[in-house]
Amino acid sequence: MSQYAHPEVLVDTEWLVNHLNDKAVRIVEVDVDTGAYDLGHIPGAIAWAWTTQLCDTVQRDILPKEQLEALLSKSGVTRDTTIVLYGDSNNWFAAWAFWQLKIYGHKDVRLLNGGRKKWLAEGRELTDQMPSYQPTNYKAEEPDLSLRAFLPQVLEAVKKGQTALVDVRSPQEFTGEILAPPGLPETCQRGGHIPGARSVPWGKACNDDGTFKSFDELKALYGAEGINGHGPVISYCRIGERSSHTWFVLKYLLGLQNVTNYDGSWTEWGNLVGVPVERGAAKAVSA
Amino acid sequence: MTGEATASGRSEHFSERQIELNGWPVRLTSYRVGEKYVCQADNISPGACLARFSAATAEEAEAQAISKARHLLGKTKRHDV
Repeated sequence: MSQYAHPEVLVDTEWLVNHLNDKAVRIVEVDVDTGAYDLGHIPGAIAWAWTTQLCDTVQRDILPKEQLEALLSKSGVTRDTTIVLYGDSNNWFAAWAFWQLKIYGHKDVRLLNGGRKKWLAEGRELTDQMPSYQPTNYKAEEPDLSLRAFLPQVLEAVKKGQTALVDVRSPQEFTGEILAPPGLPETCQRGGHIPGARSVPWGKACNDDGTFKSFDELKALYGAEGINGHGPVISYCRIGERSSHTWFVLKYLLGLQNVTNYDGSWTEWGNLVGVPVERGAAKAVSA
Repeated sequence: MTGEATASGRSEHFSERQIELNGWPVRLTSYRVGEKYVCQADNISPGACLARFSAATAEEAEAQAISKARHLLGKTKRHDV
């Protein structure tokens, strides 16, 4: 992990084993499948449900500041706590939580490299015990919106053509062949992608064991699509969570300075009247 | 997501394999925890959980996960591009 721009944001399973009883560390499981935690989880871990606890459940938005403060307070987290996030599907939604915690200025947030999958594959200890922690009075910072892209910025990016757009959905979603991931409900009126976007499915950043690919592999993967840190980058997917995983990779593992996550993503763009849409495969990267 | 089981112990017999259902690649992840066997079916790209079941045997858990995943994938429409 040492080659990464910010290796301190990753811990491996061995590190976590040695910190299971560390009072300065709070372990949080965030899964795509919100019931997975109940089947057995890392001892001492609490769970956050992305469907109800990591979003505004009234209007479409990330977690409001006050609700984030309440969640962290209930979780026994202080400003000095090291939060280690892990989850299923290669930390897909753990990265979503990471992104929001960074927006609200929590300093020490880390991902368990390999997530729940690696922990299970290594035959490590699981428990059904639900821990409880002494509540705190957590105060978050004002949101850092430099980590987040909104529709006007994406429209501007398309118009000027100076920002790299990374579509991290599956190739079939990118071309417009399907309007949602296979087996999930369609959530847009039109299929395709934002004009000029490059297709780099989020899962390509991971090895078979769920860990992140090496710095050199990641650099080659994104570099081949012209994403090399020479300009701003906006990642997007369907609802903004897969793209938070790619945002994490680009910003923390490769060290790109200007990366934002467009969480409106295709469920916003693909439902808008009058915005440009491209279908089919991406055009070749210009030299 | 039914047949919830809770247990303490270590995960055992972790395995993954890929199959095809209704023309879509699906990853089956199986393991045992305590007295229960768990099987989860994901659409490989993007990797979202389609179904997860736990049961007293690995075969039962897998059969239920495949059945539900097949049902969901059967609803996916392919559009002309």
